[in-house]
Amino acid sequence: MNNDMRSYLESTARERVERLFDAGSFVEFLPPSSRVISPHLGQLDAPVAFDDGVVVGRATLGGQNVFAAAQEGGFMGGAVGEVHGAKLVGLLRRAAAEKIPAVVLLLETGGVRLHEANAGLIAVSEVMRAVLDARAAGVAVVTLAGGSNGVFGGMGIVARCTNAIVMSEEGRLAMSGPEVIETASGVEEFDSRDRALVWRTTGGKHRYLLGDCQAIVADSVVQFRAAAIEAIAACRSRSTALGLAELEQEHAMLGERIVRFGAMSDPLEIWAALGIEEPATIPMLDAAQFVAAASAHRMGGC
Amino acid sequence: METLTYRFDNGTRALPPQPRVIGVVGSGNLEVLIESAPQDGACTIDIKTAAVGFGATWQAVMQDFHERWQLMDASIAINDMGATPAVVSLRLDQAVETMLGAPT
Amino acid sequence: MSAGSKVWNTLQSNRDSRLARARSVLGAALDGKAVPSARIGDLLHNVLECGDRVCLEGNNQKQADFLGKALAGLDPARINELHMLQSVLALPEHLDVFERGIASKLDFSFSGPQAGRVAKLVASGQLHIGAIHTYLELFSRYFIDLPPRVCLVAAEAADRHGNLYTGPNTEDTPPIVEATAFKNGIVIVQVNRIMDVLPRVDIPGDWVDFVVCSPEPYYIEPLFTRDPALISEIQVLMAMMAIKGIYAEYGVQRLNHGIGFDTAAIELLLPTYAESLGLRGKIARHWALNPHPALIPAIEAGFVESIHSFGSELGMEEYIRARPDVFAVGPDGSMRSNRALCQAAGHYACDMFIGSTLQIDLQGNSSTATVGRIAGFGGAPNMGADARGRRHASPAWLKAGRQAREGRNTIPRGQKLVVQIVETFREHMQPAFVDRLDAWELGEQAGFEIPPVMIYGDDVTHILTEEGIANLLLCRSDEEREQAIRGVAGYTPVGMARDKRMVENLRDRGIIQRAEDIGVDKRLATRDLLAARNMKDLVRASGGLYAPPRRFRNW
Repeated sequence: MNNDMRSYLESTARERVERLFDAGSFVEFLPPSSRVISPHLGQLDAPVAFDDGVVVGRATLGGQNVFAAAQEGGFMGGAVGEVHGAKLVGLLRRAAAEKIPAVVLLLETGGVRLHEANAGLIAVSEVMRAVLDARAAGVAVVTLAGGSNGVFGGMGIVARCTNAIVMSEEGRLAMSGPEVIETASGVEEFDSRDRALVWRTTGGKHRYLLGDCQAIVADSVVQFRAAAIEAIAACRSRSTALGLAELEQEHAMLGERIVRFGAMSDPLEIWAALGIEEPATIPMLDAAQFVAAASAHRMGGC
Repeated sequence: METLTYRFDNGTRALPPQPRVIGVVGSGNLEVLIESAPQDGACTIDIKTAAVGFGATWQAVMQDFHERWQLMDASIAINDMGATPAVVSLRLDQAVETMLGAPT
Repeated sequence: MSAGSKVWNTLQSNRDSRLARARSVLGAALDGKAVPSARIGDLLHNVLECGDRVCLEGNNQKQADFLGKALAGLDPARINELHMLQSVLALPEHLDVFERGIASKLDFSFSGPQAGRVAKLVASGQLHIGAIHTYLELFSRYFIDLPPRVCLVAAEAADRHGNLYTGPNTEDTPPIVEATAFKNGIVIVQVNRIMDVLPRVDIPGDWVDFVVCSPEPYYIEPLFTRDPALISEIQVLMAMMAIKGIYAEYGVQRLNHGIGFDTAAIELLLPTYAESLGLRGKIARHWALNPHPALIPAIEAGFVESIHSFGSELGMEEYIRARPDVFAVGPDGSMRSNRALCQAAGHYACDMFIGSTLQIDLQGNSSTATVGRIAGFGGAPNMGADARGRRHASPAWLKAGRQAREGRNTIPRGQKLVVQIVETFREHMQPAFVDRLDAWELGEQAGFEIPPVMIYGDDVTHILTEEGIANLLLCRSDEEREQAIRGVAGYTPVGMARDKRMVENLRDRGIIQRAEDIGVDKRLATRDLLAARNMKDLVRASGGLYAPPRRFRNW
């Protein structure tokens, strides 16, 4: 099968790492043979994974040194447990210490691994801190979000703490999961079984239009690779650190979002307000057509 | 969870040194970690499975696997989440083929 | 009694008195044949009589749901002991009529979603099953010993004369209405709209007595849509073996697929795997099949020349309209399906049936019956049976017939390929191969005369699992047949109890073929081989014409 056609969504974490970075360049830290597994799952009589559901290591991308992490959505929905989180934290700290130009996070996760309770929560918060520390040390941190489980929970927050996010339309990015919203606020507020609504609200196209992600690509490993290279170059052309100015800009953007769209109940209304001529046609456009239609109207975001 | 261990001797095919892992521990699936290891020529298979009570089936599947590949000094570890024998055999074969460098 | 005194027009008189009652009760509300939906209860109370045989359209897809609900809402003190004749029990109200004491007897074909409730009502004595049938068999009895006294059907539209347009979802309506009208029965139809001029006339108004415009359009179940995202690697492997080991081997050009993910995988491998084998134009050209969305890529790639359908499929209407060379599209531009004729076509004009099942025993008998659920068979027994009345030859039919009769002293004839494709283990590690079908126990519990079998072993020609293909045509004894089945039953208890030497011998003789014997490279068996891997791919393959129902979309 043509390499260009390889689906990012259908690939496992290992396959994504193998195919996205320069051929043969990936060297894994704490590989499965090290058997650094979850200390908690056994007690719950649940299966473990030899890599606790995340692949971390170093590679080159377009010849440039990078560190990489890829979450395996197939294992516990990619949820972050103690070891999983520690691998991410360790990777980010080492990147900062070694002044690696960029860390690429291939995220696919439901957030905190509830089985591991506080250990999982702490892990995610440590990842947030590690991302910001890495940025402060001059490391560009880029998120790729194109897996079928989306990027949810505390890791959704982590993603927005990175320098840039690349998504596909199949990818999703949010904090609360759709079922959680429906349970908490009722089906009239959000019908989690309305899959079109869920993707319309949390999927890559809406995130792109709102400015929550900086690039959107087709579901293709090759396209994610190209977008990652571009995103890293863009991030490294300015300061990677999160400063006060960026934070204030973000707050202003969020404030504007509430003012302009706060009363609206469906993304279609938001797209119309952004000046998109035929909002209902947006979901069926392929990535290139969508970018052509959307880029002039999307919110800036950072 | 159930833990099962198998040992096969008289294998003839050695493996390259680099460990490999194939598969994902998801529902109906499994991961296979395959490594070259000095074990007096034996091929050992350690299985941790969420599907309890299928020892006889695993025995038959492992037996056939060893007949197919005849590995020596090989250590195979499996984390299984209820894969059918078809998927288990598929992943085992994929693991060995990846190890031996066959195109996947 | 002398010949002169026998009355010969009892059915006509009885029909006239029912019509007179209805007219009298409805009065001015009856406008020609049109009855206001609010008066449906009055109509049914007066047109029905206790003990009537009533045929209700519970089809596979189309449901006369407004009429079905109205029937279930009647007063059991006025109308009871009805004998229901129904293709499919799909909706809760189809069982409510029994629970409420309005109906007591049932002859049907399939009850998938309601199978558990059917079993309960049988056990409690509120539902007596006359028999389970295959569709064509049930329609046939409407003309012999089970003529409907009243039929409740659904159509897209009617005109003022009662002519009906049934459109793409014509399905079972023609034989039901004909059987009723021509035994002086009463035909009642619910329509989505009344029109001055219909796109075309599917049922003549002369056969129709009452038309009700229902408040909501009739319900259609999208039964034949399979999301490619759910197809597994094992199913891809089996599909490859089917294409190379059977379709190519016999040159199967005319066929039917039973619905399932196994066959959806085959459909999605035609433009890729089958194309790579040079099989376009050589296999899978003419189909008796519902408009499966999974077949879109194969149609677009030029594999599929024609499809005749049992019913339509929700979301496929515009795609069908744009492909009139392929589908059964009328002069008005819309399709017409016909379950009875398509079942006949599948029986006589197709060279192969392939479908999945839940259980297979050591003789190759195949059943979807499970204890606690009376599901019936649908069309499978008809499609999955040798057509002994067939006389025209085709290469596939002749080859199968030769293989079955080689070395035996019988007159030559052909045979239909009937393939059962199934993974050796189902969900929860339930084996698909068993010593004794659950159908025996189900039959005993439900009081059937014989166990309910979907496809008899006599008719099964091939069993295909992830372990390979067993060609039962080449077996010459019950023992060979049993070992051939065990030989592809993998690690199930049935498979593990094989006679290893016999199975090896069967493999040497080509009766059992493994993937490598067929020339199928297992390493190619990945989802990358599918021509479409998700619903959006199907929509794109159709050029945007296919509009999947909401439940299949994430956009």
